[in-house]
Amino acid sequence: MTSSPDTAKKPAAKRFDGERILLGLAAPVLAVLLSVVICAALLATSGKDPFHAFDVMFTYGTKSDAQVLTLNRATTYYLAGVAVAFGFRMNLFNIGAEGQYKLAALFAAFIGAQVDLPSFIQIPLLLIVAMLVGGIWAGIAGVLKVTRGVSEVISTIMLNAIATAVVGLLLVPGVFAPKSSGTSNSIQTDPISASSHFFALDTQGGSLWGFIVVAALVGVVFQLVLTRTRFGFDLRATGRSESAAHASGVNVKRMVLTSMVVSGALAGLIGLPDLLQNSYYYGQNFQPGLGFLGIAIALLGRNSPIGIAFSALLFAFLDVTAVQLPFAGYPQEIVTVMQGVIVICVVVAYELVRRFGLKRQQQKVGAELAAQAAAAAKKEVSA
Amino acid sequence: MRRSMKLAAVVLSGSLGIASLAACGAKSTDTSASSGSSGGSGLKVGMAYDIGGRGDQSFNDSAAKGLDNAKAQLGVSVTEAEAKTGEAEADKETRLKTLVSNGYNPVIAVGFVYQSAVEKVAKDNPNVKFAIIDSASATQPSNVTSLTFSEQEGSYLAGVAAALKTQKKHVGFIGGVQSELIKKFEAGYKAGVASVDPSIKVETTYLTTPPDFSGFNDPGKGKEAAQGQLDKDADVIYTAAGSSGAGAIEAVSQAGKWAIGVDADQAQQPALSKYKDHILTSMVKNVNVAVFEYIKAAKDGNPFTGVKNFDLKSNGVSLATSGGHIDDIKGKLDDATKAITTGATKVPTAPQS
Repeated sequence: MTSSPDTAKKPAAKRFDGERILLGLAAPVLAVLLSVVICAALLATSGKDPFHAFDVMFTYGTKSDAQVLTLNRATTYYLAGVAVAFGFRMNLFNIGAEGQYKLAALFAAFIGAQVDLPSFIQIPLLLIVAMLVGGIWAGIAGVLKVTRGVSEVISTIMLNAIATAVVGLLLVPGVFAPKSSGTSNSIQTDPISASSHFFALDTQGGSLWGFIVVAALVGVVFQLVLTRTRFGFDLRATGRSESAAHASGVNVKRMVLTSMVVSGALAGLIGLPDLLQNSYYYGQNFQPGLGFLGIAIALLGRNSPIGIAFSALLFAFLDVTAVQLPFAGYPQEIVTVMQGVIVICVVVAYELVRRFGLKRQQQKVGAELAAQAAAAAKKEVSA
Repeated sequence: MRRSMKLAAVVLSGSLGIASLAACGAKSTDTSASSGSSGGSGLKVGMAYDIGGRGDQSFNDSAAKGLDNAKAQLGVSVTEAEAKTGEAEADKETRLKTLVSNGYNPVIAVGFVYQSAVEKVAKDNPNVKFAIIDSASATQPSNVTSLTFSEQEGSYLAGVAAALKTQKKHVGFIGGVQSELIKKFEAGYKAGVASVDPSIKVETTYLTTPPDFSGFNDPGKGKEAAQGQLDKDADVIYTAAGSSGAGAIEAVSQAGKWAIGVDADQAQQPALSKYKDHILTSMVKNVNVAVFEYIKAAKDGNPFTGVKNFDLKSNGVSLATSGGHIDDIKGKLDDATKAITTGATKVPTAPQS
């Protein structure tokens, strides 16, 4: 596939890249190790054997059903990470994925329960509905930013609260929920029609959600758009420097709006794996907090589709195996602590690694310059 | 960028690889020794709590008390696990499955959030008995027993007490989350107040609306809401809001008015005992009684089935008498109790508005 002029340049570029990849990997690995150490210390000070806790998690993690659960969970987490990362790549902090996916899942569940078309129309329809709702909700923040200059951090946080209220308003008997619910005490939409169920792979460890394919596709398209299209270039350029991008003819306002909408549309997908593969309805106990988790996952994955895949798997593994901890007498909150520490550590580690890389680069350039100067001086002396 | 495409392909195939690995690995449930059978050393009872777990000063704690009683008096062996904030539905299923595969039978799930998880796991394990507290569904399989409570009947008595104690003919109700469950409290309370004197005004405040469930564990919100009702001149305030109630009780007692607690006898809780002179009574929901009775019935080989409701008559709900603040109106409360238990008074389960 590679053309010949490319290969000629490659060796030099590759060596540089190798070092960069190493440095890039150093930060997350450092962060994870550090958080393991901190959590072990925490467990040890509370008088519990930390190694047994990790052993419990790993033993369970090697079982087939735990692996399937991890992959299923990672599918959701991956979408959350990618949705947030899309904004991050442009320096847009979409804190509102939380509200966007809740609203999107609610509407998708409602439409899925009302409409019963053949699967090949029904499922795309639900995907589109969810993306539309998520996109529109995020678009509000985008419009506010480009027209009134409202910081998207503030507006998306506010929109989260409003989304919760809107869900509360709509998810009542007679509106989005059936008038007489089958269960007492919990309100939920009608179950979505059978044609809305996404395919799943039956493994020995349980059913593996087919949505993992959608998540992988989203990752691939994400990478393609960012690196192979004009839009992706504009987006990254705007992310680096808005004024420079503006000067080179990028319509910054339009970029802000589009990327906000795209980020919201991706966020709309977050709730769908669970909706189309597991619960089949949207209820009051639909998993909250995925939007915020997405921020942590994107941060750990350095906003790259591959990095996010690894961090989603790690977070999914931690969450899935944490359930076993109480049975061994450990508080499962230790995993929440671990995730939090990872996020803090990763920010610090990235900065440390960045400085280290910068210093190395400076030294290298300095050494080269010194060598040049020395060579020049020699020449002068000999002349 | 081509390389990143290749990497993406590697990740994709890698994940599929893991998937196929998963397909042939051992399942966690394979390793369990005794599955389903209730062993030689008596009954093994598994309990899955909602968020908060043991020590939440509310209904999880009450369930834990029932479990402890069963352990002490019936000699059953127990294990317990609690939920994590913001966990996925799958985590609840895993928790129940792990209990089942470790041979626990019956398995008790505390809280309506477990409804669909219990249904799913119960369908896969028809030989295991399940109980779920505070929830029932038309679709649940026959090995699931619902343990529900007539909160409205206890709240009715709380309403009667409030109406008899108010001096300004103005009382208040604070609900944690505007859910179907808490509306039962509101309905009973209002009916109780009206039964004494229909002209008494009732303030109603809900801290949050679903899906925001923070109203059950935010004492700050409780305090604020209580202050608002006190400012409107309400002088007896009933709070059904989990741990948010502590804030409301604090505000009410600082104003020198009457508070009514919920779930457990709140005047006896260490954290709230300093306000006990202002806690009129508490609408006690005896989850412990339900849990104990359920385990006892299971041990005797005569387990409950279907929906088992614990009402005023079966001591499922009651008013706390510690402090003696309601001793002077005991006669009227007993009359109201009698009217309910004999069926003369029907307490509504949904607020009339």
